[in-house]
Amino acid sequence: MKAFQTVRSVAVPLPRANVDTDQILPMPFLQKPRSDNFGHYLFHAIRRDSQGKMREDFVFNHPRYTQARVVVAGPNFGCGSSREHAVWALADAGFEVVIAPSFGDIFYGNCLKNGMLPIRLTGAHVEFLLQHLADNPEALIQVDLGLQTVTTANASFDFDIDPFAKHCLLNGLDQIDYTLTLLTDIEAYEHRTSS
Amino acid sequence: MSLPMPQRPLTLFEKIWYRHVVHQRDDGECLLYVDYHLVQDGSAPGFEMLRQKGLPVRMPKRTFGTPDHYIPTIGRDLSTMADPEKRAMAQALENDCREAGIPFFGLQDARQGIIHVVAPEQGITQPGRLMVCGDSHTSTHGALGALAFGIGASEVAHVLATQTIWQRQPRTMKIEVPGSLPAGVSAKDIILAIIGRIGAGGAVGHVIEYAGQAIRDLSMEARMTLCNMSIEAGARAGMVAPDETTYEWLQGRPQAPSGAAYESCVAQWRQLPSDPGARYDREVVIPAHEIEPMVTWGNSPEQVGGISGRIPDPARESDPQRREGLERTLAYMGLKAGQALAGLPVQRVFIGSCTNGRIEDLRSAAAVARHGHVAAGVEAWVVPGSGLVKQQAEAEGLHELFLSAGFQWRDPGCSMCLGTNGDIMQPGQRSASTSNRNFVGRQGPGSRTHLVSPAMAAAAALQGCLVDVRTVKGGQ
Repeated sequence: MKAFQTVRSVAVPLPRANVDTDQILPMPFLQKPRSDNFGHYLFHAIRRDSQGKMREDFVFNHPRYTQARVVVAGPNFGCGSSREHAVWALADAGFEVVIAPSFGDIFYGNCLKNGMLPIRLTGAHVEFLLQHLADNPEALIQVDLGLQTVTTANASFDFDIDPFAKHCLLNGLDQIDYTLTLLTDIEAYEHRTSS
Repeated sequence: MSLPMPQRPLTLFEKIWYRHVVHQRDDGECLLYVDYHLVQDGSAPGFEMLRQKGLPVRMPKRTFGTPDHYIPTIGRDLSTMADPEKRAMAQALENDCREAGIPFFGLQDARQGIIHVVAPEQGITQPGRLMVCGDSHTSTHGALGALAFGIGASEVAHVLATQTIWQRQPRTMKIEVPGSLPAGVSAKDIILAIIGRIGAGGAVGHVIEYAGQAIRDLSMEARMTLCNMSIEAGARAGMVAPDETTYEWLQGRPQAPSGAAYESCVAQWRQLPSDPGARYDREVVIPAHEIEPMVTWGNSPEQVGGISGRIPDPARESDPQRREGLERTLAYMGLKAGQALAGLPVQRVFIGSCTNGRIEDLRSAAAVARHGHVAAGVEAWVVPGSGLVKQQAEAEGLHELFLSAGFQWRDPGCSMCLGTNGDIMQPGQRSASTSNRNFVGRQGPGSRTHLVSPAMAAAAALQGCLVDVRTVKGGQ
């Protein structure tokens, strides 16, 4: 996994609640191999009209966001299905940070496994960011995981993250390799509970 | 290590959690032991990651697989699947299981079915166990007093490789449903009412324990319906403390302990229910008598109301973002503000899924279906949750009853709950569905899903529209 570095980017505002992973990555693409570019499938059903043409009125399609690496969304982002493909779609489309008041638990965990930083801010702070982006669509948002800050031109917000998640992201740690260093603990547990 | 139990009254969840801690980091992150890992034909990416790392499945005997997402529900022959990618997904599970020596029920096995129906049915799901599966509806298994939750593909690979999973201890929420359920109201209505009350994100970061008389009174199947949809309230897991209903239901199941071992397990299981005075981070009370037959009207399970209700009016929503969201939902669903839910015409009815594909669900649908015939213009399906559910239903003659009432009687699988196998409806069609999600495009592009109980779905099939099950024959 790639180590997470400071991000400075325009941010796509998505002020909707309960954006589920079925929307982020619709069912027809669940069967695609990981070698595909899932960025093409991101929000596929919402992003295109019935002829498959990109809809101009869907925010992700605005030319301003071609290089965007941050999404600012409403509460319970990534709820629903456990499909990790939803994170792959965001990651393959170039996103590295999602900011929201809350996340679906499984989606949150899936982000961490793919070098994607999910940031929980208070509802008021997310509202502030969304308003800031509405007023200044070109505004850059800087995300520093080491300092645990989200910074705009006129404000800075601290965020919380579990130390282990932070450690894994900053170091691009492969959890399976790490866990296998604890194999004696696992075996001891198995020995104790099987007796 | 396994953490020492704190010396205070503990919840059911805490008792299972502490018993499964293999290692705790100084920062609080816990490595938990997974007693059972369930795999299905959506698990292929996890196996692929394991292969790429060149690692074996560490504990094949603590793993169990059966295909459910990508299989046909007419016939048991994978070659009938026209889409080679879908076929490949189902085939991959069989190959992965055979290669690793993972116990596997294939399509030719009468015991195959939806993983969340089959694992409890076989007695794999037991009180006190920690179970995971690469599917969000793993919360189902909490009905038997297990701690069970859904995971992503990377975590599937991690569990396959290590039989453990990293977790931070979630918070706890007690949802109490005191009193007795009114006639015509089922477990599906309880959970929909709960989601309507606390919201689709209401239990994020929490493990729910359901309690109260109405929960105690539920059968095992009904408790599974309840816990199954915990994820739709955002919960990490949902649980019901084991009791006599649980022990009796488990006795005699193929993988449940038998004889003296059963007695000794029951004695241990009796220690699991939350201690008097155990504390929860949050408590919610929803009296049973307040719950009526429920139906969702939107694209989130929290957009739900009693069947006697009406579609809300976006104009009355003061928050502009919420108003816009509501308008978008009503446009997608083809609904108007103020419209009554009862009487909405449906073209499709789906009875099945890991939420409502068990024998009791089919019995309650049949009790309604026997009094009429599927209305003109409605296509109604019954998809049993497993081969054994199907066998049992056929032994009771339910299939003949459904067939003569004009329902299709199909083979077990996830089917139209999410349509991964191609079982979808046409754009713009409206369904009464016993599944768990009414998301945009969930039952096919442009699909309009109304989530209901099995009896409500059967009633909708007969009437051709959403209807209050309490007003139809067999709906009480």
